[in-house]
Amino acid sequence: MPINYYIFLAVILFCIGVVGVLTRRNAIIIFMCIELMLNAVNLLLVAFSKAHHAVAAINAGPAGTTAGTDGQMFVFFIMVVAAAEVSVGLAIIVMMYRNTHSVDVNFLNRLKH
Amino acid sequence: MSQLVYLVPMFPLIGFLINGLGRNVLPKPLVGIIGSAALLASFVVSLLIFNEVRTPGFSAVTVNLFDFIHVGKLNVPFAFQVDQLSVLFLLIITGVGFLIHVYSTSYMHDESPSSYARYFAYLNLFVFSMLLLVLGSNYVIMFIGWEGVGLCSYLLIGFWFKNADYNYAARKAFVMNRIGDLAFLIGIFWIFAQFGSVNYADVFSQARPGASAHVLTGITLLLFIGATGKSAQIPLYTWLPDAMAGPTPVSALIHAATMVTAGIYMIARSNVLYSLAPATQGVIAVIGLCTAILAASIAIQQNDIKKVLAYSTVSQLGYMFLGLGVGAYTGAVFHVMTHAFFKALLFLGAGSVIHAMGGEQDIRKMGGLRKFMPVTSITFLIGCLAIAGIFPFAGFFSKDEILSRAYAHNPVLYVIGILGALMTAFYMFRLYSLTFAGKFRGTHDQEHHLHESPAAITIPLIVLAVLSVVGGWVGIPEFMAPNAHVLSKFLEPVFANSHVAAPPGEIAASTEWALTIGSLVLIIGFCTWGYMKFKNFTLAEVKESTGLAKILENKWYVDELYDAIIVKPINWIAGFLNNVVEKLGIDGLVNGVGKLVQYGSRQIRLLQSGQVGIYVLLMVIGIVVLFVLQLFFPNLI
Repeated sequence: MPINYYIFLAVILFCIGVVGVLTRRNAIIIFMCIELMLNAVNLLLVAFSKAHHAVAAINAGPAGTTAGTDGQMFVFFIMVVAAAEVSVGLAIIVMMYRNTHSVDVNFLNRLKH
Repeated sequence: MSQLVYLVPMFPLIGFLINGLGRNVLPKPLVGIIGSAALLASFVVSLLIFNEVRTPGFSAVTVNLFDFIHVGKLNVPFAFQVDQLSVLFLLIITGVGFLIHVYSTSYMHDESPSSYARYFAYLNLFVFSMLLLVLGSNYVIMFIGWEGVGLCSYLLIGFWFKNADYNYAARKAFVMNRIGDLAFLIGIFWIFAQFGSVNYADVFSQARPGASAHVLTGITLLLFIGATGKSAQIPLYTWLPDAMAGPTPVSALIHAATMVTAGIYMIARSNVLYSLAPATQGVIAVIGLCTAILAASIAIQQNDIKKVLAYSTVSQLGYMFLGLGVGAYTGAVFHVMTHAFFKALLFLGAGSVIHAMGGEQDIRKMGGLRKFMPVTSITFLIGCLAIAGIFPFAGFFSKDEILSRAYAHNPVLYVIGILGALMTAFYMFRLYSLTFAGKFRGTHDQEHHLHESPAAITIPLIVLAVLSVVGGWVGIPEFMAPNAHVLSKFLEPVFANSHVAAPPGEIAASTEWALTIGSLVLIIGFCTWGYMKFKNFTLAEVKESTGLAKILENKWYVDELYDAIIVKPINWIAGFLNNVVEKLGIDGLVNGVGKLVQYGSRQIRLLQSGQVGIYVLLMVIGIVVLFVLQLFFPNLI
């Protein structure tokens, strides 16, 4: 399957994420949109890594079973970091709700003053 | 003994430190003793060194103390040079300086203990700087002393710093000196660039006939400009008469033992260079002569006892420069020596008079002091006779030597020089006559207080008077008694090279006799004229002077001229720079930047709305912009 498809899918996912972050006010939905953007990037990384591996493995011969798969390593890192980020972010949202009884981000503009 | 030469400047330095640091705790008598003893100790050491230098066959000794500057090619040791010239100056400085210190203990007695100690500290520092100047074995050490005397003269002229005029005089002295110092400094740089060294020995041994004449002329002219500042020659002489703002003994110190002789010393020391630069010598002779005449003419119409003496110093310094200009180095140094004696005597005598008159300095309000202060009167008379150049007083021999050498060089110089000498005779006896002869013209109160000064004042006067009489006998000219010029023989090693490079002209003994006797008769005539004319002077005769007298009274309007062509334009430029360039330009720029940043930030601050959505939108826009840039202008980032 041509790599274009993956790219289009990833771009669409990413744009949905961006638009979601920009338009929604609910902190949890914004959070989910951020996850969407992260995973769009993950998808791209995996797709490119796979495509790259196909070429590198031919060039490297029998020894190149793992050649060109570095991108997939990044994906794991991103997933771990995203998991950590989610735990911290959700904790913030919980605290926010406890304090303001709302998860509306526009409500949090006190730093302006 | 000459290895111990560092002791000579060390004693005044120690005296300066003790008196300067302990000025609030030391009692007055102790301060005076420390200050004077430091000079006495230096004088004794100088005498011992002189004794060694005097022996025939003595050659110059360089005493290396430590490395002062040692960078690359530049090697400046902190070293002292002991030879005939520096030893002679040592004796003058410490000897006359000591007498002035003793005199000061009495003269400054009305000062509070702390300013009394401050005074003596400055005085010691002054002598220390001057000793450094004459002892240094290279131009850099000389320059340190050169700056030191400039600083000390500033401190001492402005000693009574609560008086704004005195501060102004001190500032004027300092600034005028700085102008000369700059030229001197450039001269030193040039010497280093040319000869690769600033040590006298290296420089003089490399300066040979045929060495680039333009360079030597340039260097010597720059050094001479330095000398005009320190030794008060045209055009930088106007600070010296204003320097009278300081206490009288300070004037004596500046005019006799230190400071103004520095320029003479420097040129005499560099005589090898000057002998190879005849153009510069011509300039020196002309400037010296002009100064001598100009200052003498001003002195005729001055009424302040110290001002008259100040202008006479400027005039006598002019003679010394004339001597240097015509190659009479020995004569110039000789005149420095005799001048130190009689000018110190005259200033200290003037101080004694001012002391007795309760601070009055206007000679028109004096008169008849002879019967109140016999010692001061007689010693002052001796000083006048010496400076006028009457046989056999000291001034006669030194002035005669310079003038006869000027005659050998060019008779015109001689005639103008004699004119100056006649003026000198006239104004000195005018001064004497107005001060000591006739009837007292001051108030009754002043007359009641008139008294002879105490011993601490009269003893230095007597010693200096004796020296003013006998001081000239070390230089009896060849035509009067063969081989009697002791000083010339003593200094011969220092000036030997110059005499080879530019042999002194010879004039017949009969001509010399005629010139000497002729000038002597004229001078005596002018002395008598000056004395008789003002003997019966009364205050009623004082009227607004007119014509030439008025010009002379106003010092040829030189101060006004400088004011108009230098001070005013500089003030105007400074005002322009201050009001326009500084306030509008620089301040506008600096404040404008500040205002712009403030205004800009006030506008940009509006973006911080606290709406998270907007922040994110901006972030996205930023990223999109980066993408677009990357896409269309790939070489931009």
